[in-house]
Amino acid sequence: MIKDKVKKIIGKVKRLTSRFHEMNILLVLIVLIISFAILNNRFISLGNITNLLRSTSIIGVVAIGMTFVIISGGIDLSVGSVLALSSVIAAKLMVSGVPVFLSIIISLATGALAGLLMGIIIYEARVPPFIVTLAGLSVFRGIAMLLTDAKKIVGLPESFANFAVMRVFGLPAMAIVWLVLIIIGVVIARYSVFGRNIFAIGSNPEAARLSGINIRATIYKVYALGGFTSAVAGILMATRLCGGSPSAGSGYELDAIAATVLGGTSLTGGIGGVFGTFFGTMIIATISNGGNIMGINPFVLEIIIGILIVLAVVFDHLQKRRGI
Amino acid sequence: MVLENKEIIRMEGISKQFPGVTALEGVDFQIHAGQIHGIVGENGAGKSTLIKILTGALQPTSGDIFVDGKKVIISDPIVARNLQIGAVYQDLTVARNLNVAENFFLGQIPKNRFGFVSWRKMTKKTAEVLKELNIEVDPNMILEKLTAAQKEMVLIAKQYFKKYKVVIFDEPTALLTSKDTEELFRIIKKLKKEGVGIIYISHRIEEVFEICDTVTVLRDGKKIACIPINETDIDGLISRMVGRNIDNMYSITHQPLSKEVLRVENLSKTGVFKNVNFNVNRGEIFGLFGLVNSGTTKIARAIYGSEKFDKGSIYIDSKNVRITSPSRAVANGIGFLPEDKKTEGLAIKLSVRHNINLSSYSNISRMGFVKRKLENKNALQQVESLNIKTPGIEQIVLNLSGGNQQKVVLAKWLVNQCKIFIFEEPTAGIDVGAKEEIYKILELLIKKGSAIIMISSYLPEIMGIADRITVVYEGTQMGTLSRDEFDEKKLLQLASGVNLKEDNIR
Repeated sequence: MIKDKVKKIIGKVKRLTSRFHEMNILLVLIVLIISFAILNNRFISLGNITNLLRSTSIIGVVAIGMTFVIISGGIDLSVGSVLALSSVIAAKLMVSGVPVFLSIIISLATGALAGLLMGIIIYEARVPPFIVTLAGLSVFRGIAMLLTDAKKIVGLPESFANFAVMRVFGLPAMAIVWLVLIIIGVVIARYSVFGRNIFAIGSNPEAARLSGINIRATIYKVYALGGFTSAVAGILMATRLCGGSPSAGSGYELDAIAATVLGGTSLTGGIGGVFGTFFGTMIIATISNGGNIMGINPFVLEIIIGILIVLAVVFDHLQKRRGI
Repeated sequence: MVLENKEIIRMEGISKQFPGVTALEGVDFQIHAGQIHGIVGENGAGKSTLIKILTGALQPTSGDIFVDGKKVIISDPIVARNLQIGAVYQDLTVARNLNVAENFFLGQIPKNRFGFVSWRKMTKKTAEVLKELNIEVDPNMILEKLTAAQKEMVLIAKQYFKKYKVVIFDEPTALLTSKDTEELFRIIKKLKKEGVGIIYISHRIEEVFEICDTVTVLRDGKKIACIPINETDIDGLISRMVGRNIDNMYSITHQPLSKEVLRVENLSKTGVFKNVNFNVNRGEIFGLFGLVNSGTTKIARAIYGSEKFDKGSIYIDSKNVRITSPSRAVANGIGFLPEDKKTEGLAIKLSVRHNINLSSYSNISRMGFVKRKLENKNALQQVESLNIKTPGIEQIVLNLSGGNQQKVVLAKWLVNQCKIFIFEEPTAGIDVGAKEEIYKILELLIKKGSAIIMISSYLPEIMGIADRITVVYEGTQMGTLSRDEFDEKKLLQLASGVNLKEDNIR
């Protein structure tokens, strides 16, 4: 009787873990957090945790869009530059007296438009996403620099700048934005037609085409989404820096890719998820934050993160080979 | 000085078993120096399996191979190359971005005394070989810029240059015009004169008579005959190739043909197919039969909107429809089951559930969100009714067997409530048991009033299953036969372009 019950529960857990292949990576995250908490009780303090969430939220938001792009079989190297461009545009508009809300809307639209533009080139001209977004990285950064004369734009309205330190139910508002976007991302990936089509295209574009899926619309949308999340990150960056910096977010593309891959999303497309990316982002953040508190040399931490990324992919491949 | 009749390769009692299928059974095969030995047989007769064993791509289940009288084990293609066995494949295995000379010397680039690549030597030697064979190609040309025919000539020249003892030609004329074919034959005869043993595989029976000395006939994995070419004729060869009774695997209940569902008028695409006309009725299985590269696949894909065409119109339920993309075809109730399920039919890394609903998501969603209950219901229903063997609907389709994968592709279209199904080689690469199940499903589909277009290059299958067959040879519709007119010999003759005047072909 009891044996049967135990078996049933084990079966249920197994089914659950096989369904969410992010479970492995969540396990790693939990182990990390517990070990840091044991090694140093300052790590688990409320102040540190909120700080951790706040500082990670910007790259976390970027990684959400990146996850969708990578699942579709593409890559987006322009995220850091789009982030800078959107933050600069938002700042410029606010400084020139445009209402905060409207400034944010225009800035987000700019980001989505930048992504859409790249999506159009990728699909219509069949140029590899790597090249198009590499060009985007250069072009959008250049525009941001031109608009600002390479100087930070300061003097934002207080109501906007205060957002960075605002708290809702004890959590930093910035982190809330991130968590809400994660939930939206998970819903899109799992429960929307758009999400299903992204997976299908990433898994096998030819089969998707022959199944009657509208590849054009899906590719357009997925890069627009990438641009949009970068723009959201740009707004967060502007409130955090109290200004629009044209050099913000440089190198973010690699951090976002690292978090995505660490979270179990396959660089060849078709496999992955937003939860995984969340955990991946958190692992990287936890290692650098926890390591810092413990006084570990930051260069050593970088090495550890690098090794972890390779291990994650190797593990992924081993699992896949067993699957075949 | 050439030693005529010296045996180079002897294959003895070669058998090859695949799970559920016997591809070859006790086949003997010899090739002599200076001999052009043809291999003929229907699709699935075992020709390519035999060649793959000889070139080390596959290992025989039993049987021995002797090269120059010594027993060898050809464990991989490198061993075959070291034994001086070369092959010219249809898919042209070349480094496309390198030039002709580099392709000649691939893997053994000559160096000058400073240790750098000796371009001069490479170009000079390549030019010499090309000249010897009278092939007019510049050694400095990038391979990609050559025509298909030129590429093939270059590839053959490379085999000549490497002084291979045996060269295998697998459908070498598939991509060539008749003028290029002549050129090819000239070079093959030159190789023969040099004492090379040549294995020649072709669907074009007339070519076999033109070039081969000896011909081996394979049927259902067995050697039926090995005869000198001058002791037989086209009829004799074709009857040896077929001569099999169709077993009751194909006994399905046909439906009375009622209303026309699809009509194709004057469908043409320059250089691919021209003036294709046919109609398909409710409850009918309409066969499109042709040998390799006959254009049947292209015609079907044109109807499905995945291949463009220049001229012609398509009518569904007597209404003229413009199908410019697969998504338009799907909207018009057409479903397509490609031959290569893994690369074209399935999103292989995704679940059974996801694949079954793949083309229906817009029908089972509200405001862009998928109705999960409906999605699961669709998947469960299909798994149940098609008897798809899977541990559950969350299983990744990669882990299913070929037959079950085919069922998943079919389920995708059933969920989408298609009324016209295009099956491209529906049973390619699946075992006998699963084949029968697929036929039963076809039977069920026509019973429900669907119209089916079936492309098959496997004659017994298409004769057993189809209500009518239209035969295509090099893009030309050779004739349409109804069930009581089916005759293996006649179909094969039409499909081989026999009796067709040369100038009608292109």
